[in-house]
Amino acid sequence: MMPLSKVREGTRTVLKAIDGGHELRGRLAALGLLPGTELEVIRNSGHGPFVVAVKGSRVVIGRGMAAKIEVEQEAS
Amino acid sequence: MTETLDRTITVAVAGNPNSGKTTIFNALTGARQHVGNYPGVTVEWKEGTVSRGDWRLKLYDLPGTYSLTAFSDEELVARDFLLNHKPDVVLDVVDASNLERNLFLTTELLEIGLPVVVVLNMSDVAADNGLRIDANLLARRLGVPVVPAVGNRGRGLDDVIAAVTRVAISGTSLPGPADICREAGPATEALVQVATPGGAWRVDYGPVIEPFLARVCALLPGEDAARWRAVKLLERDPAVLEEIHDPEVRREILRIADEFAAAGLEEAPDTVLASRRYAFISRLCDGVLKQVRRNGPTISDRIDRWTMHPVWGVPIFLALMYGVFTLTFGLGNPIMDLIDRGFTALGGLINGFWPAGSESPLRSLLVDGVIGGVGGVIVFLPNIVLLFLAIAILEGTGYMARAAFVMDRFMSKVGLHGKSFIPLLIGFGCTVPAIMATRTLESRRDRLITIMVLPLMSCGARLPIYALMIPAFFPARWHGPVLWIIYVTGIVLALVGARLLRATLFKGENTPFVMELPPYRMPTPHSLLVQMWTRAWLYLKKAGTVILGAAVILWFLTFYPKPPSDYVVPAGFDRTAIGSETHFGDLTDPAQIQSAELSYSIAGRVGRVLETVLRPVGFDWRIGTALVGAVAAKEVFVAQMGIVFSVGEVDETSEVLRTRLRERYSPLVGFCIMLFTLISTPCIATFAITRQETGSIRWALAQNFGLTLLAWIVTFIVFHGGLLLGLGGA
Repeated sequence: MMPLSKVREGTRTVLKAIDGGHELRGRLAALGLLPGTELEVIRNSGHGPFVVAVKGSRVVIGRGMAAKIEVEQEAS
Repeated sequence: MTETLDRTITVAVAGNPNSGKTTIFNALTGARQHVGNYPGVTVEWKEGTVSRGDWRLKLYDLPGTYSLTAFSDEELVARDFLLNHKPDVVLDVVDASNLERNLFLTTELLEIGLPVVVVLNMSDVAADNGLRIDANLLARRLGVPVVPAVGNRGRGLDDVIAAVTRVAISGTSLPGPADICREAGPATEALVQVATPGGAWRVDYGPVIEPFLARVCALLPGEDAARWRAVKLLERDPAVLEEIHDPEVRREILRIADEFAAAGLEEAPDTVLASRRYAFISRLCDGVLKQVRRNGPTISDRIDRWTMHPVWGVPIFLALMYGVFTLTFGLGNPIMDLIDRGFTALGGLINGFWPAGSESPLRSLLVDGVIGGVGGVIVFLPNIVLLFLAIAILEGTGYMARAAFVMDRFMSKVGLHGKSFIPLLIGFGCTVPAIMATRTLESRRDRLITIMVLPLMSCGARLPIYALMIPAFFPARWHGPVLWIIYVTGIVLALVGARLLRATLFKGENTPFVMELPPYRMPTPHSLLVQMWTRAWLYLKKAGTVILGAAVILWFLTFYPKPPSDYVVPAGFDRTAIGSETHFGDLTDPAQIQSAELSYSIAGRVGRVLETVLRPVGFDWRIGTALVGAVAAKEVFVAQMGIVFSVGEVDETSEVLRTRLRERYSPLVGFCIMLFTLISTPCIATFAITRQETGSIRWALAQNFGLTLLAWIVTFIVFHGGLLLGLGGA
């Protein structure tokens, strides 16, 4: 497991855990980001927000938040 | 047959942000809509009507939400309307190209037990993305009509209206509630067909959760949407919990929620419930949704490679902002001048009905008060219309989300949202449309902070003040740098102010920055025009009336009372021309008469009272009086100074006025005047629009007092610092 913030562009991962409060978890869940969800990192330029692909949509995630999302790299 | 039935159907339009909800709403209602704020919150709120045959559909465009949690004002507004206003039908706009995520909200709506019609919007985009959706199968599984449509091409709208009317007449959704997709088995057609007549539509949460839900439901007898409430209560939703009035019941519910949290779930309760809901949706979509072809990177992805590029993203953004600014002010200001000239001409025309030099108060009220006031309202219209056209294009194409992405890196450092950049930029042109532009910000907190600091962005109306003062007091080689210092001071104060507000008044965890990146789309001209027009109308109706009223009051303050002929013109009042003991009746020069009248008026008296407060920052009653006039509009300061100094109503290029200013004030005071007019009391139009956009006069008052206090403190420091450094000499 590693934080999403360390994942490089173009990598497919599975969301494992969200280290955050009720609000953060709720917001992410509504956008389809839940434990077990597959997500692909579309953009990670090393600073600024992230873009991930999840359930057919593109979602921007702040860098601070990406550090709180634990993912596991998908076996390719 | 006699018709006494109420043939009005109330329809709530719900859906995710970017689902094309607004496009559908605009396509259905056309320009027959009203925009307003939902009572008490800064959430934009639209109503519109459609007539079909005997039926009148009254549509309410709910704020776009992903779910019905209680994390934002938008969600609370949507929830409140759905639960308490009981719409006849809920039109749930679903983005077909993103079906599973959009159905999350749909299942919540159905769980509440609302009569739903699903609009499968953008079915063309879904097809382009290689998705095939079986709308009939989805309708059977959901137990509600599912209507494919393409909002921006107007396709399927008649079917939507027909479905809505049908559901409203029958009182329930078609074809009857179904109990589907049991946890135990795979989602097969047979299971899906199991209808439970009279029973509520339900998401199956599985053997662990269901008993808890049943226990909570048992505590809510006869309540509407008991099952939905039970789910929210297990999530410990504060707003739903608040509605449980019996303390006994509330304690029992909290006990069950605690027990639930300790029941050995694999995740936190809210996550588990959301996961179950998604699992249910996934089974629901099995067979409905087929990926017939896999696409490579979409066109949107390819455009994003440039617009969201770590290096190129910023210049592209700045270039587009330059375009917005040019469109708003470059194209708008010539029209503004034209309107200004039109109103001046109209004033002259009405003036002609009275003999020259007439002192008729009616003439003055009409020409200076009403026409001046109406002109002051209309004059902003070109800017507002063009700005909202630009914003509608940025939002409609989907670029706005990219702009927020690009600017977030910088704006988050001062505690603002990436999207705050656009209103702040517009603020350099005019604060009024800029405050209206904060509507693009979703969070109320971000919006309020941005509105509060916006007047610090030096607007175009302050420029005449600088244009008058800078050449009056500074040598030519200093003109550029002084102007630059003034603008930068405003920007720095705005950013520091935002940071401070975030740390104090708007304390709390930052709203998590998560945002959907919608695919790029081509907005329809119709939708753009409707958005532009509704905003412009809102400005005219709401802010316009306040601005007009204030203009008439300010007219009165600067014109009345008229001095009697034995009024002793104040000492120090242009001694060179008049003796120190001059009576008003002895004056002959019109400019001197005007000046004496102003000094006798309420504004002049207020100015003199203000002197006691303004003396510590180096200002006298003349500046005080001109500042009172500047409340109407900042640039009025120049004309007021002209009147005070008996040189008549001059503009910012008047050398005579500059000479008078130089005679009386030091460059330090000149600089302080610019600083003070930059920071202090925003104009009355800003006050009106702040009141309207925040939904409360308190924020407008707080902005006014806060900024004026800040202006006083900053000017005080600069003035006395300057004196200490020996810069006080004239």
